[in-house]
Amino acid sequence: MIEVESLTKQYGAVRAVDEISFRVDKGEILGFLGPNGAGKTTTMRILTGFLPATGGTARVAGFDVFEKSLEVRKRIGYLPESPPIYPEMSVSGYLDAVARLKQVPADKRKSRVDAAMEMARVSDKREELIKRLSRGYKQRVGLAQALVHDPEVIILDEPTVGLDPKQIIEVRHLIKGLAGNHTIILSTHILPEVSMTCDRVVIINKGKIVANMPVNPTAQERGSEMVQVEIKPASGGAAAAKALLERVAGVKHVAIEAPDGAGRVKAKVECEPGRDLRNRIAADVVSQGHELYELHASRVSLEDIFLRVTTQEAPATTPADTPATGVEG
Amino acid sequence: MKGVYAVFRKELSLYFVSPIAYVAVGAFLFLAGIFFQGILSEANEYAMRAAMQSMQFGQPFEIDIPGEVMRGFFGVTGTMLLFIVPMLTMGAYAEERRRGTMELLMTSPITDLEIVLGKYLGAVTLFLIMLLPTAIQMAIMFRASDPMPPWRLLLSGYIGVILLGGSLLALGQFFSSLTESQIVAGIWTFLAFLVLWVLDFIIRGTGSVIGAVAQYASILKHMNDFTRGVVDSSNLIYYASLIALGLFLTLRSIDSMRWRRA
Repeated sequence: MIEVESLTKQYGAVRAVDEISFRVDKGEILGFLGPNGAGKTTTMRILTGFLPATGGTARVAGFDVFEKSLEVRKRIGYLPESPPIYPEMSVSGYLDAVARLKQVPADKRKSRVDAAMEMARVSDKREELIKRLSRGYKQRVGLAQALVHDPEVIILDEPTVGLDPKQIIEVRHLIKGLAGNHTIILSTHILPEVSMTCDRVVIINKGKIVANMPVNPTAQERGSEMVQVEIKPASGGAAAAKALLERVAGVKHVAIEAPDGAGRVKAKVECEPGRDLRNRIAADVVSQGHELYELHASRVSLEDIFLRVTTQEAPATTPADTPATGVEG
Repeated sequence: MKGVYAVFRKELSLYFVSPIAYVAVGAFLFLAGIFFQGILSEANEYAMRAAMQSMQFGQPFEIDIPGEVMRGFFGVTGTMLLFIVPMLTMGAYAEERRRGTMELLMTSPITDLEIVLGKYLGAVTLFLIMLLPTAIQMAIMFRASDPMPPWRLLLSGYIGVILLGGSLLALGQFFSSLTESQIVAGIWTFLAFLVLWVLDFIIRGTGSVIGAVAQYASILKHMNDFTRGVVDSSNLIYYASLIALGLFLTLRSIDSMRWRRA
């Protein structure tokens, strides 16, 4: 539905977006994650036809965003970072005006406005002036605006920024409810947002894509399972611990650290994909008379990747080969 | 052209809830009323004096009071527009930019030209609505006049005012597209109009080339013929090109928003 190829945007000497490529399939929710100033808004503005790109191509529903800008705009609902509202208008008056701007045919206009208000759950304030609404309601009116012409693609720039926790949850529910029929890109700099609402995540930093992966990968996609153990071998020190762990069926690799002062050894055990060997490891360690201090599954989380890519120079990560799991909370 | 209508409708519905539009229209009508009354009583006094003189000297007198009033009224209306139009146009684009609604317009499936035309026609419509009540004053004067003054004079006068207003609106909207602050836009527009107005004074008594150029550029000068009942094609072309220039510059200005760092 959306295909972006080596898209570049140069502002004078600054390269805001640097040769990014990604695609979004129909019905998917893509999270665009990155720190402020990473190039998220610029990318979205190029997709919506607001800004022209310096290089590369982007296609929405098969139409080039630059060559066929009007066709693309017909198919996109866009909520910029601050909702583009006219405070003096009533909710329904505003949505009617937007429906006209979006070229909704006259006979469908009323039903589309009603449907958008219903979806964004602002129907109860339809005659209210927008300036009298709370921040959360204004944001929902902004969402209704993006839905009013029933677009195939919805692009949301930081849809939950500035909302209180209750409103954030409401907006997330709303977005999740739109998936399936619509293809959605939403940007955020808040990590949990991605894991809660999105199917895939593209992490962008300094204009470059540093990761592109599913939010809840299958065991296959995730690759090897990692288990962290801390044991105090009865005898033989680190070497004995390593040998012991390597004997457990299903273990592929053991990385071991030198024992600390108390004689405990920490080890990272890489297991075969899709296998949880914690119970086997525990049984073997204890039955052979060693002491078990710690045992937990460790996965490379979204959070690890996000922190890694945003706190240091970005290591190039090829798409989809990075292990990941959902991060809760 | 559906896009033009969508923008036009939106513009008008916003004008009707905008305090600035009400203040500007109210101020214009208030001042227009005062000036009309002033001009009318001045013309009356002049006529009385002339009548007395003619009785003294036994000569018949002829004064075209309605003509004088219309000339004076359309002239003063032109000057008032220099002050009122910046108020009407200063928010046109500046407010949209400040609120982020420019992004809504520019990502809607309509062309930039449709945005510019829709906004311009909206402003022109508001301007015509503002002008409409002055027709009441004219109607009263026409009813009281015997013989009736020529319609031609009234018509050409209004054409002149409308063309002048249309030009000022196009230029004012352009200045509004340059900034995110409607106050800044209003000040720039007003200063630009002031320069056009002052040109009128510069040209007096100069026979040089500069004088001739300034005379052509002066925005009010071109209205004088209209108030005398003359619809001259050179004046029509002058205002038409001014409107086209204003709209073209606005279009370029919007286009440059897409290229600038937002």
